[in-house]
Amino acid sequence: LFGEGIIKGLAETARNFAGSFVSAERLTTVQYPEERLAPIEAARNFPFLVYDGADWEAGLRCVACQICEKECPPKCIYIEKSVDKKPDFTGKPQIYPSRFDIDISVCMSCQICVEVCPFEAIKMDTEFELSTTDRFGGLLYDRQQLAMSNEHYHKIHPTEAAEVDARLAEEKAKAEAKAKAAAEAAAAKAAVASTAAKPAASDIKAGGESHG
Amino acid sequence: MIENADQIFVLLQHWVVSFFPAALQPFVGVLLAVVAIICVFPALFAISVLLERKGLGRMQNRYGPNRVGPLGILQPVADGLKSLTKEDIVPTSADAVVHFLAPVFLVVVVFMGYAVLPMGRNMTLVNMDAGLLFYFAMGASTELSIFMAGWSSRNKYSLLGAMRAVAQMISYEVPLLLSSLVVVMMTGSMNLGQIVDAQNQYTWGLPHWYIFTPWGFAAFLLYATAATAESNRSPFDLPEGESELVAGYFTEYSGFKFALFFLGEYVGMLSVSGLGATLFLGGWSAPFSFLTWVPSWIWFFGKVMLSICVFIWLRGTLPRLRQDQLMNFAWKFVLPLSLLNLIVAGLWRFMGEGFARWGVCSAILLVAYVVMARVGMRTEKFGPRSYRYAE
Repeated sequence: LFGEGIIKGLAETARNFAGSFVSAERLTTVQYPEERLAPIEAARNFPFLVYDGADWEAGLRCVACQICEKECPPKCIYIEKSVDKKPDFTGKPQIYPSRFDIDISVCMSCQICVEVCPFEAIKMDTEFELSTTDRFGGLLYDRQQLAMSNEHYHKIHPTEAAEVDARLAEEKAKAEAKAKAAAEAAAAKAAVASTAAKPAASDIKAGGESHG
Repeated sequence: MIENADQIFVLLQHWVVSFFPAALQPFVGVLLAVVAIICVFPALFAISVLLERKGLGRMQNRYGPNRVGPLGILQPVADGLKSLTKEDIVPTSADAVVHFLAPVFLVVVVFMGYAVLPMGRNMTLVNMDAGLLFYFAMGASTELSIFMAGWSSRNKYSLLGAMRAVAQMISYEVPLLLSSLVVVMMTGSMNLGQIVDAQNQYTWGLPHWYIFTPWGFAAFLLYATAATAESNRSPFDLPEGESELVAGYFTEYSGFKFALFFLGEYVGMLSVSGLGATLFLGGWSAPFSFLTWVPSWIWFFGKVMLSICVFIWLRGTLPRLRQDQLMNFAWKFVLPLSLLNLIVAGLWRFMGEGFARWGVCSAILLVAYVVMARVGMRTEKFGPRSYRYAE
């Protein structure tokens, strides 16, 4: 009969209308500010700088190598190298960024900075509630605003952070083993030198610098 | 007491009027009624917009507005404030005067239609003998306003929307009038008050509403179809089809002028619902004789809001028609059926009392409906959509 489809359609919408009041699984809306979805591990938004330990300034992994600054497609990263050095996670003195700015209004969340960073120092955050009333200054993040603890990284990307930690631990162990081997070799050389009266200081230095 | 509740607005009007000198009294009385209409229907408009947004939301399994005020009931206030404070933009090459007049004219014309609607016992602003004619004259004038808007905007989308609107409204004006005509034939009057009085009788506790007769039922369905098209509502919302025409004839309107168009559309919908209730659903009369103690205006507004809910339900269900389907449906299905319905109504009138006329009239209408639908479906006049792709 002509018009049958209309009646079927009306029945369907009526079923939805009534059903949305009685069955919870029909209403899939999550009422955002009050309710939130569980965070998604693969999500990414804008980069942040990882630091180890309690002090953000001392623990920053970044060594101001400026690779990310050069690779960044929209050029939203600005880095100034420090003149002095501070020890990195293996204890070796390194340059650190005296200034590290990211303009997140320019950032396009491509993650290239994360891909190119050899020091696991820059990672992607999942924070998205970034609205501000100041569209120029408010979205230009400095070093301190960008610094997030390794614990934060573990919280937002647990799998990835565990891998990074394992890799860093391995690297550190390798570096320590090398340093130890170099020290032993130096000691042995020193022992030899003491008999052969030959200086070994340059060898120790070369052994120390070969890592990284 | 019950008598007073029924006539409360009439008594209130008389009470206020009695404070004025005798020479001013008729004028003040009319003014009061006009102000009441101008306040009540925009309020109903706000309620129906909220109902629509929440109802459509529920039909699509979401909440709809629920942030402004408890359960979102203050949403229309927020919308109104927003549209009042928005910038009013007139395109440089637009005809500024006509562009301004179009929404004003629409609202004026739409409100004029309420002048003749009986909204309760003794609650008619102008008890006109040709009330129905006046109403349709006013209803047809909305086309002018829509074309004014489309033409003066100097925008191709506006113009296309306006042309679609005019084509559609003229096409559906004909079945709208013809389906209302049967009521005039049976009542013998174009006075809407008398039409209601004719339906305000009861047999075995049931009312003599025209919808409960074969011709009345058919006419009601035809009227509902044509009225939906007249008020540019889904599935006949081609003039403002946002997927193809941005917003149709009010593309270039913003701020309060847009709000006026929006108001005009909804108030027009309310008024066409009111007329439908008056013609077929007994106007302000109660649905059962034992409910006649309930104030008459409650029944009228209840019926109007019920029709609004049906409008919303249809909008949540039906997809938009294509232009040729719309035209075919109007001229090749609705119009012949409403013409046939005129004949059936005449037959009903002259077959006299008895059950024979029920069978005969219902059979004619049903057979005509089925045959016309079958033929129409076969020739793809308004059958399933067929697509032809480029080869």
